[in-house]
Amino acid sequence: MSQRIFALLVAFVVLVTLPYWMAGVYYVNVASQILFYAIFAIGLNVLAGYGGLVSLGHAGLFGVTAYATGYMLQLGFGHTVSIIAALIVGLIAMAIYALLSLRSTGIGFIMITLALGEILWGLAYRWISLTGGDNGLSVKTRPEPFGFPLADANTFYYATLVVFLLSLAAMTIFVRSPLGAALMGTRDQPRRMTTLGYHVWAIRFYACIFSGLLTAVSAVLFVYYTQFISPQTLALTSSAEVLLMVISGGAGTLLGPIVGSALVVVVKTVVSGYIERWNFLLGAIFVAIVILMPEGLVPGSVRLWRMAWRKRERRASTLPGGAEANP
Amino acid sequence: MTFWLVLAVNSITFGGLLFLLSAGFSLIFGLMRIPNLTHGSLFMLGAYIGATFVIGMLGVKLNFWLAALLATLAVAMMGALAERLLLRRLPGDQMAQVLVTLGLSFMAADFCLMVWGGDPLSVNTPSTLTGFARFGALVFPNYRLAIIVIAVIVAIALWLLLERTRLGAMIRAGVDDPDMARVVGIRVSQLFTIVFALGAGLAAFAGIIGGPILSVYPGLDQDMLPLALVVVILGGTGSLLGSFVGSIIVGFIYNFGQALLPELAYFVLFLPMLLVLLLRPQGLFGRHVP
Repeated sequence: MSQRIFALLVAFVVLVTLPYWMAGVYYVNVASQILFYAIFAIGLNVLAGYGGLVSLGHAGLFGVTAYATGYMLQLGFGHTVSIIAALIVGLIAMAIYALLSLRSTGIGFIMITLALGEILWGLAYRWISLTGGDNGLSVKTRPEPFGFPLADANTFYYATLVVFLLSLAAMTIFVRSPLGAALMGTRDQPRRMTTLGYHVWAIRFYACIFSGLLTAVSAVLFVYYTQFISPQTLALTSSAEVLLMVISGGAGTLLGPIVGSALVVVVKTVVSGYIERWNFLLGAIFVAIVILMPEGLVPGSVRLWRMAWRKRERRASTLPGGAEANP
Repeated sequence: MTFWLVLAVNSITFGGLLFLLSAGFSLIFGLMRIPNLTHGSLFMLGAYIGATFVIGMLGVKLNFWLAALLATLAVAMMGALAERLLLRRLPGDQMAQVLVTLGLSFMAADFCLMVWGGDPLSVNTPSTLTGFARFGALVFPNYRLAIIVIAVIVAIALWLLLERTRLGAMIRAGVDDPDMARVVGIRVSQLFTIVFALGAGLAAFAGIIGGPILSVYPGLDQDMLPLALVVVILGGTGSLLGSFVGSIIVGFIYNFGQALLPELAYFVLFLPMLLVLLLRPQGLFGRHVP
């Protein structure tokens, strides 16, 4: 346990001091991207990992909040009002999305969410009077909370880091709460949960709302980061990418989506500068993960580590007078 | 009046193409319960491979139909390989299936971009079908009418295969109740490979046949996959009749939507699918709720 706390402490120090040792603004920006995409992936993980509900339309919800932020700002509202309004719009969209899609589970859920995502994409793409169509919406300025201008890359990174840590804490609390346990129960044994008196649908609905909140928060960070939003953000490929972050890192784990987000963002931004065929590489990585580490990178590495550890212990215990204290 | 009739014929043509694409998708979905998100890529691969031989990019210039046959066989082989080597290892694990099929579609899209470049390829209509058919004042390109005929022939052939042969009976048994089919001695896992190859081949055939109308371009896979999904959800999984009716409906909605309500074209396209999912989750002709 103390080993784990030590590791978390090291990770925290690394994240806080990152702008001081990272080579250049470009990489600080990459780190910001990893963090807000990680919030998005954590939000999807609530459903895909802990709820067993694989949503292939989350980019549509992400886009609704992002467009709402951009549209409010374009109407001339201030940053605070715009952000709050956009979060509310995102939550309402999520509630409707949940009402429609929770009629089904399994492949049916995948298909309904995919259709909902495509509808939202179609609206963003074609409802030109509202969304500007392919030209998208641009956001002119970044906010200045408590007098810190977020236009600076380092300040933006720290703001993202604070939101990220809050989201991760919220997720940790959620997973350990009775609601989180009940959600995992509905994933593994829905019929038994019903028999035990749980309202399975309501538990899934609350999980959807929590997932929607994290998605909306990451969308606000995204829209201020890129200062631009276009229909491409809502496309099926975007939904697929987030889902890939969750599954490749390890669905149903706290750290998995963060590792997955780092993997996808690094391949998309950094590696793509060196290798022209990065999309091919990304696809190959995903296929390889499913074949070699079907449970995802984080649980897979933990398993390999434990196996190696046990082998060492076994070797130690077969030695004459070896350690018998550690069974 | 002429406008409406031409639009209707175009809708039926497009519906025919969609049928070729989605019949295999529906069978794979119905039999194996796999959301095969590579289906759009198989369509695009078929289109590119066929176009290569029709245009003569490798120095070999083939007859259109010979090229179509070659592309169909090549992609059917790829489908069988993907099923044998990858999807077979992941029975019942939908998340892993989604991940693998999406990963493969990323790879296929990038592969096509690498080999054939970003410019669209235009495929000439086969020389025997370049003319026009006249019905009074109406003029229709022969090729579009030929696609309708081909789709109907394939539909009848598939129907005969499924309803009148031993293999078809085994596939139907597998769709209805895979466990029971295994118990009575049907090798369901072998059927999986056959059906996957058949579905992949049909998708590739649709791709090359559609080449002269749609042309072949990067992103074709992303355009076609959602349409196949809509068809299958509308018609019901594992149902041939469902795919056929669903394809014609989607063909009409797509063409009329683009012409009449361009701002809401996609909204109109996905709305019926949503209604079916909410009101009749098994689809118009399906027997199972997916």
